Amino acid sequence: MTWLTDFFGDPARWSGPDGIPVRMLEHLEFSVLALVLAMLIAIPLGLLIGHTGRGGVVVVVSANLARALPTLGILVLFVLLLGTASIWPVIIPLVLLAVPPILVNTFEGIRGVDPELRDAAYGMGLRGGQVLGRVLVPVALPLILLGLRLSAIQVVATTTVAAYTGLGGLGRFMIDGFATQDYSSVVGGSVLIVLFALVVQLAFMLTQRVTVSPGVSQRLKIR
Amino acid sequence: MGDGPPTLWEWFARNWQTGRVGSISDLLGDHLLMSLVPIVAGLVLALPLGLASVRWRWLYQPTSGVFNVIYALPSLPVFMLLISVTGLSPVTVIIPLTFYAMAVLIPAVVDGLGSVPDHVRQSAVAMGFTPLRRLVQVELPIAAPVVLGGLRVVAVSSISLVSVGALIGQGGLGMLFTRAYQNPFLPPVIVGIVLIVLLALVVDGLLVLCQRLLTPWVRARGTS
Repeated sequence: MTWLTDFFGDPARWSGPDGIPVRMLEHLEFSVLALVLAMLIAIPLGLLIGHTGRGGVVVVVSANLARALPTLGILVLFVLLLGTASIWPVIIPLVLLAVPPILVNTFEGIRGVDPELRDAAYGMGLRGGQVLGRVLVPVALPLILLGLRLSAIQVVATTTVAAYTGLGGLGRFMIDGFATQDYSSVVGGSVLIVLFALVVQLAFMLTQRVTVSPGVSQRLKIR
Repeated sequence: MGDGPPTLWEWFARNWQTGRVGSISDLLGDHLLMSLVPIVAGLVLALPLGLASVRWRWLYQPTSGVFNVIYALPSLPVFMLLISVTGLSPVTVIIPLTFYAMAVLIPAVVDGLGSVPDHVRQSAVAMGFTPLRRLVQVELPIAAPVVLGGLRVVAVSSISLVSVGALIGQGGLGMLFTRAYQNPFLPPVIVGIVLIVLLALVVDGLLVLCQRLLTPWVRARGTS
């Protein structure tokens, strides 16, 4: 426990370019950047494949394969190939690893919508795009958000590991502390990341509550 | 694997079995141990917890809540925090991976048992099956595909997650990544990634085989 008071009680930890606030903002910045880029790739692609029904097998197989990829290995590979002149050699693998959970859940969500519901929407005169936007996406939203949440968990964890290859963020406290046998920095950094991950998880649960239609989540009893 | 550039293959052949500690074959053995123990232990622990959650419904909500939170914890800080308890040993990696495995497998067991049709359960009762025999001979076999589906996810992700342990010196094949980074050299990274993915594919393939053998009726019905 003295490790924690050493870490959090030291005023020097709270200011400067390697202080807790700066590192936390960095961690947030890298995670959000990677997640947003992954969303921009995976959500349109998942909607397209789920809606047209073409290429589904490719999505599922590649998502399974992606799960087997060791994050540390991919990070080191990109850094050795592209150097460390900018943050991109680290951000690219973060995005690559964040895409599959979003892609596969968006695809499964859209594909899993009750066909009768889809037919009813067409029967009411909605066109393809309208069916997707007004019916399929709202119904598939719980799964799409699940994909985003799993991906966010993955990104926060990988950003932590990426500190090893020189990226900033909260992982620095652990990696640097471990290298210099400064255990208060290791424990303090670990606790910060655990808290960070829990807040992210909570934020997604709240988002789900607010955005998923009550009819879909069955919070509203239909008589 | 042999179609890479010759230097890659040469590097692999030279370091596969050096007789010193840390040859690739040693690392592969460590990697297998550190990933298989959590897979098996996760299943052994998840089965009773899953069964209890089905038997007493009120238990499921808190259990799945706790494991959802655990699943969201990044592995590296958990390893680091455990060092003060278990030291720099494979156990420090094995314990968190076991909990991640349980987080996936408990819902799989519960969903699997939930997929047993009511008329099948009632038939078993009417035929005079005792609760234990009903569980072992009727309910668990029907639940097997869902549980094995969860086990495949667990196996593949455990095998790739072990490599993060390299950052505390316990990463199996992941040690190739830290070595390659400290002493910039590409072949170890590529060999490490290829071996880990191959290992994951082999274990996944074995589990698919298990699934076929354990649930022959699925194939007989013509669906896969």
